[in-house]
Amino acid sequence: MPLLEFNDRGIYCPRAQVYIDPWKPVDRALITHGHADHSRWGNKHYLATRSAAPVIRHRLGEVSLTTVEYGQVTTINGVKFSFHPAGHIIGSAQIRVEYGGEIWVASGDYKLENDGLSEPWEPVRCHHFITESTFGLPVYRWAPQEEVFADINAWWRANQAEGKVSVLTGYALGKAQRLLCGLDHGIGRVYTHGAIENTNEVLRQQGVALPPTIRVTSAVPRKDYPGHLVIATPGAIGQPWMKKFGAASVGTASGWMSLRGARRRRGADRGFVLSDHCDWPALLEAIVLTGAEHVYVTHGYTSIFSKYLRGTGLNAVALETDYEGELAEMATKKEDLDQENAAAE
Amino acid sequence: MKHFAAMFRRLDRTTKTNEKVAALADYFVAVTEEQDKLWTIALLSHRRPRRTVNSRLLREWAADYAGIDPWILEESYHVVGDLAETIALVLPPPTEADDRSLSAWIRVVESLAEYDEAGKREAVLAAWQVLETTERYLFNKLITGNFRVGVSQKLMTRALSQATGIEETSLAHRLMGNWTPNDTTFQDLIHGASATDDISRPYPFYLAYQLEGPPDGLGNPADWQAEHKWDGIRGQLIVRDGSLFVWSRGEELVTDKYPEYAPLADLLPDGTVVDGEILPYAAGAPLGFNLLQTRIGRKTLSKKILQDVPVVLMAYDLLELAGQDIRQWPLARRREALEGLVQDAGAEHILRLSPTVAWEKWEDLAAERATARAQCSEGLMLKHRDSPYRQGRKKGDWWKWKVDPLTIDAVMIYAQRGHGRRANLYTDFTFGVWEGEQLVPFTKAYSGLTDQEFNRITNWVRRNTVERFGPVRSVKPELVFEIGFEGIQASGRHKSGVALRFPRMLRWREDKPASEANTKEDLLAILAAYGG
Repeated sequence: MPLLEFNDRGIYCPRAQVYIDPWKPVDRALITHGHADHSRWGNKHYLATRSAAPVIRHRLGEVSLTTVEYGQVTTINGVKFSFHPAGHIIGSAQIRVEYGGEIWVASGDYKLENDGLSEPWEPVRCHHFITESTFGLPVYRWAPQEEVFADINAWWRANQAEGKVSVLTGYALGKAQRLLCGLDHGIGRVYTHGAIENTNEVLRQQGVALPPTIRVTSAVPRKDYPGHLVIATPGAIGQPWMKKFGAASVGTASGWMSLRGARRRRGADRGFVLSDHCDWPALLEAIVLTGAEHVYVTHGYTSIFSKYLRGTGLNAVALETDYEGELAEMATKKEDLDQENAAAE
Repeated sequence: MKHFAAMFRRLDRTTKTNEKVAALADYFVAVTEEQDKLWTIALLSHRRPRRTVNSRLLREWAADYAGIDPWILEESYHVVGDLAETIALVLPPPTEADDRSLSAWIRVVESLAEYDEAGKREAVLAAWQVLETTERYLFNKLITGNFRVGVSQKLMTRALSQATGIEETSLAHRLMGNWTPNDTTFQDLIHGASATDDISRPYPFYLAYQLEGPPDGLGNPADWQAEHKWDGIRGQLIVRDGSLFVWSRGEELVTDKYPEYAPLADLLPDGTVVDGEILPYAAGAPLGFNLLQTRIGRKTLSKKILQDVPVVLMAYDLLELAGQDIRQWPLARRREALEGLVQDAGAEHILRLSPTVAWEKWEDLAAERATARAQCSEGLMLKHRDSPYRQGRKKGDWWKWKVDPLTIDAVMIYAQRGHGRRANLYTDFTFGVWEGEQLVPFTKAYSGLTDQEFNRITNWVRRNTVERFGPVRSVKPELVFEIGFEGIQASGRHKSGVALRFPRMLRWREDKPASEANTKEDLLAILAAYGG
């Protein structure tokens, strides 16, 4: 029997009878990170990293959740499980599974660039590597984040000069905090959408140092906003909530913004290319560094990316999973909404 | 090219007309090199350089330079929906900077035509090496002859007017006609002595808006002139200094394509400009548009095609009389003058007056419209009798009231992602009608729904894919759409035996199960009634 297999509930280890990031309720779930498509409702027992736990509890309520440190080994029926940094968001992990000398790694979502907030990605040597492929096409190449933040800050200054509010969108968990830390707070004040501020509070409470923010509420006078910046969830754009800001320029920060069609469809005034997933060169680099001979490609351009890997001599297959992200502006949008709903509860 | 690329980025990230105009106006002010301004005007008025490299070679070179297999470049192209952009994105970052001007780069593009394949490759790779992503994208668009920007000539003219202080209408006329950046200068074109120096120069066309709903709201019937909306090609016929010029609406000089008009150089007085329809016509009646289509694309016109598809100019307006621009005259007065000219020319076989419909009440007009299809017209044109001849598409004085489209309910069987703005949405569908238990594909359609509907359908397509064939997915035959089309003809090239004209989705019939969609028999009945 294989150490890990893929069934209709998720990634399953039959020997230990546990699942990794299941999308249907199971008894025991190992969770790579707190995004809604990887940590779902209804499992009996959860296992996650200590830094991922507060957000998961915030989203799922009082669930049975055990935490581990990065690198700490948990043995279940002889199978050794350990969590290793994935660099995607705070607390995100790749899950390493070892039995009888065979090593598998389920990487969840990951990126190689150190964003200064997430525990930086580390390569984990393995025989079998499960990778996402959200941006698994050669057209996706990210500029260094310093350049992107220089653009974002210049855009903020230009809006300020015109007396406009800058509204910047990003997921409530991960992207929002990364933006918050990359902004030049010397330009002005930073306001946050309620769903984002809820997440910020959870993270601050666990000791993450985030720059100061002000929650957008009806108590803030409207005249306070012009010239300053609001971080909002993508779902808030076009809603009545936006009206309070008056003249505003909307910026969207996402890997999808590298395509002209997506930028135009999104209807944002500015698209900034900033992602918490790997671009094409980073995916290839990561796979080489794992040393894996067998690669399982989940959510994203699965069939194209796996075909490419086969061309490089790897034994790669595409997998259908319920993780979101296939071609996915809409899927990302749905993820945002899930997070928002969760955060609002 | 840096200035031009920065202006393009500004244009590209807004949908607001005012911001687009401001971006262009700022550019026209900021750029000092006049040849760059001239080329910008040319590019934004469809005077782009010819394609100098074919796209197959371009793909090969790009894949090679990027160090990837051609197949993954193709897959990327399907996702991105634009080859120039795909190539710009897959190439590694530039290794050097370059600040040559737009016109210098266009000289590079034009010079490619003189090289052999190896020379072209070398020049293109050298360009890619020094251009950043937006510049590469624009360069790729230029060498593939595909340069298009989401700015109409009208907006460009407005921006130029703001930048130069010259009146918009006067600029619009100056920009018409037969110039290229290689045979004029910015000074001559924009500030030169007179716009009529070039005797071939046409006037901007006045375009009508589509009337939504019945025309009763337009007021007093006595104010409105009605005529049929002829199903040919809009054309402007000019006689000046004894020479004849024919322009199509796309601002293309097509004089040579319609040699039958040649005698009009003598039959019409100098200083005459007629607006009308280039219409296939024989034995006292118009022929179908599809016949004209057989003639449009041809380089050489055989005797046979001239015999089979003779054209007339169905004249409906007069813009210049005895060398005088009379566009400000009221329509009724222009029409009177036109009637006189057409009669005097006495050349009914090539120049006819578009008859006006005699009517009194709006009901009369509706009855006339009902006969349109039988008269080979697309519906009716309503023009206010006092209206001047305006330029561009303006609401209020001229309306087109087209016949309702023919319709059929069909089942979606294949879906493909769209292009450009819709590259990540499934928007291109193939539809079938029932033949027994089978669905026979008969048309594709990719417009008519809202983005929101395409979003929902895209989600549905992902969950209901049966098979994938590259970018195309076959889907469960469940969704029903009402397909509208303007015409139908028998076709040996299509499996269904019919070809539709302008097919589009009128609405998503969420109320209808697939089993209730129309049949091939229904389709053939429409062919029998309206085909031809």
